Amino acid sequence: MNSDGNPISTLVWTFGLMSLFAVGGANSAIPEMHRIAVDVHHWMNDKQFADIFAISQLSPGPNVLIVTLIGYSVAGVAGALAATLAMCGPTAVLAYYVSRLLQRSSQSRWPAIIQAALVPLSIGLMGASGLILALTSDLSWVAGLITAAAAVLAFATRLNPVWILLAGGALGFAGVI
Amino acid sequence: MKSPASESPPAAVPAPDLPASHPPNQPGLLELFVAFAKMSLAGFGGVLVWARRGIVDQHRWMTAEEFNETFALCHFLPGPNIVNLSVVFGSRFRGVAGGIAAFAGLVGPPMVIATILAALYARYGEIDALRRILAGVSCAAVGLLMAVVFKMMMPLIKKRDLVGLVILLAVFIAIGVLRLPLQTVLLVAVPLSLGITYFLRQRVAA
Repeated sequence: MNSDGNPISTLVWTFGLMSLFAVGGANSAIPEMHRIAVDVHHWMNDKQFADIFAISQLSPGPNVLIVTLIGYSVAGVAGALAATLAMCGPTAVLAYYVSRLLQRSSQSRWPAIIQAALVPLSIGLMGASGLILALTSDLSWVAGLITAAAAVLAFATRLNPVWILLAGGALGFAGVI
Repeated sequence: MKSPASESPPAAVPAPDLPASHPPNQPGLLELFVAFAKMSLAGFGGVLVWARRGIVDQHRWMTAEEFNETFALCHFLPGPNIVNLSVVFGSRFRGVAGGIAAFAGLVGPPMVIATILAALYARYGEIDALRRILAGVSCAAVGLLMAVVFKMMMPLIKKRDLVGLVILLAVFIAIGVLRLPLQTVLLVAVPLSLGITYFLRQRVAA
């Protein structure tokens, strides 16, 4: 693709389009972000992508802010701003108009059908995100074990996720991975 | 949504240019911005829980039912759900300006933090201790994501929704294993899934 063109316009075009295809939210779009950032444009390698995902999970705010980090690594502060607005803007405008439309005809049964049809898709996409990220960050059996333990803890307990992330960071710092 | 005319003064609503037609539980622009900024900054690993707490429990701007309906709408639209929610919520009370205020509150402050973290990573990302910490955090973060996937799968498994599970698996393989582009997969999968769902419901209704 046009990776030699203006990086800002590439970011805006890439994430603006992705915004409208991100069924199920930002975490479902991670495979596509990985494909574009690592395989298509070579903005970063696997390891850096995994790092950026980790940082985005550690920082407060919506998960979509992983695009801020990708944008920054491509084109600095301007890239961060461009990527974030491009990823949020088109779908925000769409949401505004659809919600106004539905307020007038709130008894329609289409929202329920669309939702039922899209739920399996978005779960499949998030599962693919998990797989791709596991392949980039779980490079040893200890790392895989930490991922499995975090998954079980988050699934079975109501522990605040930030503690699980910090525990992972502490284990990493201690050099067990 | 047009709010009904009310005799009560717009207490604590800092919007002097608006007529006194908003009951006290209608947030002003600044209030929307601050409320969404607070929810967003409190939300590690997902803002939804805090959004529900802030909008329903703390400010009582919506009932739990209204919140669920609004969120369901934002969930089936593409893009980051919580971003959609902020725009839909803000605009319902204060039109386009309200949508922008809520959006700016949700995305602005954490975006500044993320940019600072990105700059620190670009500068110090090669330091060994930081590399080790990030490696550990990303292992745990992947686990959290998997837990969310399993939690979302549970209703499908309980309902024995075989069609849904097959579609889920097909998308998982197409994107995760075959690494096909998202647009291509969705252009096939969305119409297919919509068609099957519609057809099955017609049969149930008939």
